[in-house]
Amino acid sequence: MKKPKINTLMVILLSILILPFIYTNNNFCHILILFLIFAGLGEAWNIITGFAGQTSFGHAAFFGIGAYTSTVLFYKFHISPWFGMIMGAFLAAIISALVSYPCFKLKGHYFAIATLAIAEIIKQIFVSWDYVEGATGISIPIVEEGIYNFQFHSSKIPYFLIAYILFLAVVYTAKAIEKNRMGYYLKAIRDSHEAAEALGINTTIYKLYAMMISAAFTASLGTLYAQYILYIDPFMVFPLEISMKIVLLTVLGGIGSIYGPIIGAAVLIPLSEYTRIILGGTGKGIDLIIFGALIVIIACYEPNGIIGILKQKRKKGEHIHAKAKALS
Amino acid sequence: MLGQVIISGVLIGFVYSLVAVGLTLIWGVMDIINFAHGEFLMISMYTAFWMYAIFKLDPLLTLPIASFFIFVISFLTYKLIIKKVLDAPGLTALLATFGLSLFIRNLAQFLWTPNYRFITESFVADKKVAMGPVIIGMPQLVAAFGSILMTVIIFYFVKKTKMGMAIQATALDRDTAKLMGIDTEKVYAVTFGISGICVGVAGTLLSTFFPVYPEAGALYSLLAFVIVAFGGFGNIQGALLGGIIVGLTESLGGFFLGTQFKYAVVFLLYLLVLQFRPKGLFGW
Repeated sequence: MKKPKINTLMVILLSILILPFIYTNNNFCHILILFLIFAGLGEAWNIITGFAGQTSFGHAAFFGIGAYTSTVLFYKFHISPWFGMIMGAFLAAIISALVSYPCFKLKGHYFAIATLAIAEIIKQIFVSWDYVEGATGISIPIVEEGIYNFQFHSSKIPYFLIAYILFLAVVYTAKAIEKNRMGYYLKAIRDSHEAAEALGINTTIYKLYAMMISAAFTASLGTLYAQYILYIDPFMVFPLEISMKIVLLTVLGGIGSIYGPIIGAAVLIPLSEYTRIILGGTGKGIDLIIFGALIVIIACYEPNGIIGILKQKRKKGEHIHAKAKALS
Repeated sequence: MLGQVIISGVLIGFVYSLVAVGLTLIWGVMDIINFAHGEFLMISMYTAFWMYAIFKLDPLLTLPIASFFIFVISFLTYKLIIKKVLDAPGLTALLATFGLSLFIRNLAQFLWTPNYRFITESFVADKKVAMGPVIIGMPQLVAAFGSILMTVIIFYFVKKTKMGMAIQATALDRDTAKLMGIDTEKVYAVTFGISGICVGVAGTLLSTFFPVYPEAGALYSLLAFVIVAFGGFGNIQGALLGGIIVGLTESLGGFFLGTQFKYAVVFLLYLLVLQFRPKGLFGW
């Protein structure tokens, strides 16, 4: 049972890699890059929420910290964004530990709303912080393209490859955690906090590890996003919408599974980008109307996420069993 | 000056309370975070605005119509959407309500443009009450009193009536409530409807002194989440007190630290309080 699973994942990952070389279209490549960034964000979020059961509505905070750290270091001190990426990941991990440690005693929705509040506070700080240009945001100076400067102007392929490598790193980290002792600990915490504690698991320290790993990857994807768009402001990298988009696509795909964020992002990102490309020009938000309606429909008719459909197809006989499980 | 700040904070706090009461009911009874709550508020504001713009009706007169309209929308939302995701695992219900909020907000923008609209003529417009050095705008005063009245009515409905007790029983334990012969299906639909009435009333009252625009609901739903968690999920008294505290904090924070920090102060206070009361002020 174990072997074919690994193969499915490899087939998916390899087919993603060759896609931009088969179909060389700039729009398509742009969507693929966004897909990889958001699938990666979903995987990172999955570590703390899918595995450990601590719902975070505030991951935009770490995304923004990653984007701002590298951008400020580059803009003010001309330090390579690669170093900024590492610094951002490091900083996000530390900040996530500091802010979530006191929140870990909160249960369920109380924790979720606390993360939302933290993200809003961090956003407010950046909006009124003059050193980082406040609400006006920072345009990253355009310099010669190349790996060191983390800027590529002639082609999107290098961005794609960087996004792909980061995405692979998140996927395999999540996979390693899942198969490791830590993964079992986290799932035990998710299923019953008290039971996990009674079994002698140091719940706080494992939740903290999960949060820090999750935040670090979220921040590095933030750096990539900033370097790709070449402009950031607090409303772009810190909003509730980013946090919610991460939540949405993971829940849509299937929470707590490695495939979940990949499937969710593969549905959601092309959907939102193509509706935007086709209908967004009218400036009336038709794309978001359709997008919202589709999310509602998917949620209503496939409450287990898209992965639920796939699973049901595989084991038709256990259909009733799955339903009974969902009900309990 | 400080008195002025405190009074206006408390007054807006009562309106926040009413919005939060609607949210906390759903949350307590069904354990669902309704992300479209703010959007219902926004629809109510638009209903009041269009009644005013087309028929020249005063928002205070159209209040019953607007709240009934939101009641119907809420009820239908339950029947068509929430019912289907009620038994779904984890965060699926959240997915549905978030999708709904995106849909409603952008539909409003599509139909009515993102422009700010104002209700300029109303019984209460431009009137002021002076109490010593403190000057209170009539719209705010009426909104606060309307909200208090509505909160009290809902409180008594939940505590004293048969339906209210059924709501409480369902919130405590759904399966046992079912065994006791309570039609939980109906309880859910009614809870959603009541929640709709709350934002219906709050939205109409707000429209007399707040601009009406598609994003108007977003801020309130964010604050309402915090208020609900502040007071303890499903707790009406908690939501009432939470609303007043948040209104006051926002107002004082804005006064002492500058308006850009007023919400940051609210969120910070929430995080601090949760350190001592991890399940909210009235949580158990």
